[in-house]
Amino acid sequence: MAISAATVVPAGTRRGTTEIRKGDGKAALGFLTPGALGFLAFTLFPVVASLVMSFFDWPVLGSPSFAGFGNYVELFTTDDTFRTAILNTLLFVVLYVPINVVVSMSLAVWISPRVAGRRFYRVLFFIPAVTPMVGNAVVFSLLMTPNGLIDSTMKSLFGVGAPNFLGSSSWAMPAVVLLSVWQGFGYNLLVFSAALDAVPQHLVEAAEIDGAGTVRRFFSVVLPLLSPSIFFATVLTLISSFQVFTQSYVLTGGGPGNSTTTLVMYLYQSGFQFFRLGFASAIAWVLFVFIMVVTAIQFLGQKKWVHYDQ
Amino acid sequence: MTSDTSAHPAVRARGSRRGAVPAPTGPRSRHRGRRVVSQVLLTLVGVLFAMPLVWMVASSLKSGGEIFSTPPKLLGDRLLFSNYTQAMDYLPFARFMLNTLFVAVAGTLITLVTSALSAYAFARLRFRFREAIFLLYLGTLMVPQEVVVVPMFLIMKDLGWVNSFQALILPWAFTAFGTFLLRQFFLTIPTELEEAAKIDGAGHVRILTRVIAPIAAPAFAVLAVFTFINYWNSFLWPLIITNDVSTTTVPLGLNLFLGQNGQEWQLLMAAATISMAPTVLLVLVLQKYLVRGIALSGLGGR
Repeated sequence: MAISAATVVPAGTRRGTTEIRKGDGKAALGFLTPGALGFLAFTLFPVVASLVMSFFDWPVLGSPSFAGFGNYVELFTTDDTFRTAILNTLLFVVLYVPINVVVSMSLAVWISPRVAGRRFYRVLFFIPAVTPMVGNAVVFSLLMTPNGLIDSTMKSLFGVGAPNFLGSSSWAMPAVVLLSVWQGFGYNLLVFSAALDAVPQHLVEAAEIDGAGTVRRFFSVVLPLLSPSIFFATVLTLISSFQVFTQSYVLTGGGPGNSTTTLVMYLYQSGFQFFRLGFASAIAWVLFVFIMVVTAIQFLGQKKWVHYDQ
Repeated sequence: MTSDTSAHPAVRARGSRRGAVPAPTGPRSRHRGRRVVSQVLLTLVGVLFAMPLVWMVASSLKSGGEIFSTPPKLLGDRLLFSNYTQAMDYLPFARFMLNTLFVAVAGTLITLVTSALSAYAFARLRFRFREAIFLLYLGTLMVPQEVVVVPMFLIMKDLGWVNSFQALILPWAFTAFGTFLLRQFFLTIPTELEEAAKIDGAGHVRILTRVIAPIAAPAFAVLAVFTFINYWNSFLWPLIITNDVSTTTVPLGLNLFLGQNGQEWQLLMAAATISMAPTVLLVLVLQKYLVRGIALSGLGGR
């Protein structure tokens, strides 16, 4: 309950008191040092080092040599696997993000306060999001293998078996997406659910009195009020979807062929199976730039549809 | 009362009004009919959603021959709990659990302490370049883990830390996320509370531990749970930095198991069940905190 009490206090009072205070330089140094040392060593330094490495031929054993833009040129001109990995990653993003957002939003609306067992459903849908992806992938490979649950259920219901999801290059990516949606949407469900709870009921009732139906009320009143959390959830979901790795690594090993090889999987293979650390760093920076550009576009576009004033 | 949303007065009012709704008559009963249908459909969705997990546990108790049957059967003739001991014999899963537990607990503790200290400085102390340094922290929130793993691997190699617990713990214990989350929470705590403590002669450490930390307990809990879960589930980094049983973590062990016993599905499912149990229990026990934490911050560890 302390939270609700705390948030009511206007921001102005805080500033008033800090201005009276003198600088706390020494104390700040003491408080910041432990975190900052780790931050420098394990975040800032590696980020810079990674950029530098991407301009080198850098084997695990032996000495690095400067390569200029060599790694990047190779990636974008002659490397077919890289092109496939980019296309696969984009395909995953394009399939996964909208499905995740639509499913989590629909269920968040469905599991309204009037639904019995509301908390149970929220926790149920959230559980796969907190269990190891490897475990989830192992379970899905049992479900989707020939003679597995899906195949044998279809055989006994329709007499026709299911396609060999993991062994077919056209079904493998949908299988990876299905696993990812199943494991991930519960998180956004909680975010949307919390946002729905915060929608002022009097606005919805006012629209009802004005004659707006259920659908109209949702799209014209509720959805605009949810737009900040939709924006927020979409940005985070997009960023994480570009990093897809474990799902296809465990489920399909990137196959069949290269049909589920993603950017991060190619990065892992280049760096830690072929030991080309500079080349892997270049892939990492391509990934980073993708994420930055897409995030920047979203932030630029948000003015058009995200409403912060309530 | 839905305690996870209790912070919002409108919701509370709506929740308590629910009990006072009069018995449905006329048009209201049609409304009620729709609600029953909706509830039944939702139950179906829930069952379908839970199926992979139910199937995992059920399969972990079957014999190898019973796993694939047409039509599928949920349970075998006998419940073979021996699959669990057998799975533990193939690979030292108890060892993997202890390794992961140690990594996750140590990582969480370091994260909590250093984040709290930094967050206090950013929220409550005045010093030069405060905004600039904080922006630098924030900027790195966007950097994906994949960008740092390659140089991190070299750092660990140079330090001689390959296959070490330090290598599993330290690189991820100083990310800006914890600092950011706690700072945002600290900012909402009125300074009047600590002014009183200051007059009584309390220093910054005392104010942080005695005044701010107790109020911010929910934020600490959220950060702790998400940090723990992230460590527990981490896959890419352990895959890169360990290749020895002494430091193998649970997800990596499960992946090894898949490679070695890909055909013994009942054992694989037992191992998968073991790998999921701790975090599922954690979520079930702390669900109130988690739901409220996500509602509060809109954030979580992912």
